[in-house]
Amino acid sequence: MAKNTSSNVFRTLDVDQYNEDNYKEDNDSTDPAALGPNDTLITSLLAANKPVEALTHLLSGATLGIKDQAARTTSLTLAMRVLMAIKVSQIDDAVAQLDNESRDVLMKFIYRGFEVPNEGSSAHLLVWHEKVFTVAGVGSIVRVLTDKKRV
Amino acid sequence: MTTIHKFGATPISCHAWSGNRSELALSHNSKDVTLYNAKGQGWEKTAVLDQHDLRVTGIDWAPTTNRIVTCSSDRNAYVWVKGPDGQWKYTLVLLRINRAATCVRWSPEENKFAVGSGAKIISVCYYEKDNDWWVAKHIKKPLKSTITSIDWHPNNILLAAGSSDFKVRVYSGFIKEIEPKPSATPWGARMPMGNLMTEFSNSPNGGGWVHAVSFSPDGSKLAWAGHDSSISVADAANDMLVMKLKTNLLPMCSLTWIRPNTIAAAGHNCVPYTFIVESDAVKLGSAMEEDKKKESSGKTSAMDLFKNKDKLGQNELETKLNFTHQKQIAEIRIVGGQKGDVDTFSTCSLDGKIVVWNLKTLAGQMKGLKI
Repeated sequence: MAKNTSSNVFRTLDVDQYNEDNYKEDNDSTDPAALGPNDTLITSLLAANKPVEALTHLLSGATLGIKDQAARTTSLTLAMRVLMAIKVSQIDDAVAQLDNESRDVLMKFIYRGFEVPNEGSSAHLLVWHEKVFTVAGVGSIVRVLTDKKRV
Repeated sequence: MTTIHKFGATPISCHAWSGNRSELALSHNSKDVTLYNAKGQGWEKTAVLDQHDLRVTGIDWAPTTNRIVTCSSDRNAYVWVKGPDGQWKYTLVLLRINRAATCVRWSPEENKFAVGSGAKIISVCYYEKDNDWWVAKHIKKPLKSTITSIDWHPNNILLAAGSSDFKVRVYSGFIKEIEPKPSATPWGARMPMGNLMTEFSNSPNGGGWVHAVSFSPDGSKLAWAGHDSSISVADAANDMLVMKLKTNLLPMCSLTWIRPNTIAAAGHNCVPYTFIVESDAVKLGSAMEEDKKKESSGKTSAMDLFKNKDKLGQNELETKLNFTHQKQIAEIRIVGGQKGDVDTFSTCSLDGKIVVWNLKTLAGQMKGLKI
């Protein structure tokens, strides 16, 4: 038999890109502004023990569709810090204060948080998930799945 | 009140009513189209149209000319005409596409029809008398992906197409061989064949296939349902303003206008909802059915309780939904009245039922119903 039967190199080739019917994404090349300026404000609010305000700033300032992976990871870590800082008893009020857009972004952060669990984070996130779900319904979860521009 | 018509347990993927509403054509997600005639309380099967080789994806019945057009995954469309002997005669329409056809609609004047396909092409077909066949003209640019739904504008020229590239486009389907030049509309003045009049993106966040599109009865507004659980309405008379409502519900699969400013939409929620269109926003009206929560019968016997716990790991057996439809609704069709002034409409669903909803009696029964 040919020696090549054990070779898996062909699996690393993306043949779909050569298909002439391939769907070409509409490249909205507007580079979304970085989250930078808000980071300091949010960290200072966290230090000042005002996590709910930090949350509002975080969600209104969050930009979706950033291509830079490092920027996305930093924004996720920041979001997790804010979400963990808010106690279970404060979650209801926090969610009630948000508007619909922010709730959708919050749900996106919650699901991203589920992807990278730390000790104790998933349990807290589950409480968040339940509270946001009662207000925003299945629609917000559907939007987490369908929106191409991820948080 | 709702009238339930059961047609077995297999999903009904598409259906269409005849002009006088006494006949019904439907397809059970298979390659056959079955025609039924209303007989007393039930339905009598009159004919089976089985020329297609693959699953039928769309049926449309022209009310005045009494012609049926069906399109299928086998890349073909057939036009069926009823002969004087009562038999349905078919004519193959060469769509010249190399992927499945997904949806088909007759134009308001029934002299042409449009077929959407997975080949990123809309075929607008008209009848050429000299050669006695249906000719297809293609609309290609700038479609990037499968067309999922099509709706004609009341002026018989403009055509809206929703696609899985997350966009809704309004095209001109003007065929100069069969009709006079149209006058200007809020959507634009120049309308050569295949001209893109406007394009709308479903979401600024980039996602959501468009499941259904529908022009308002006067043609100035265009509503669409996206897979991101949203309903959007674009108003051409108001400078192409797009009003979007992100709902808390599951996505809708089909919609139509029941009043000049009210939309009825249905989909994965298994019950139709109304949406009110105001001058600058779309608001959720109400569901057309109340969640009939059965009070749990006082004493579930201890034996049943443990039997269920043992067999299923649950305390109660609750698999039935509290709505008329048990599975998602595939299509909404107007039965009584016309777009903008609907008395009754029907929904077909994957549970094998077609339910006819009567708006007048529903409004009387349900106090919360907002139309």
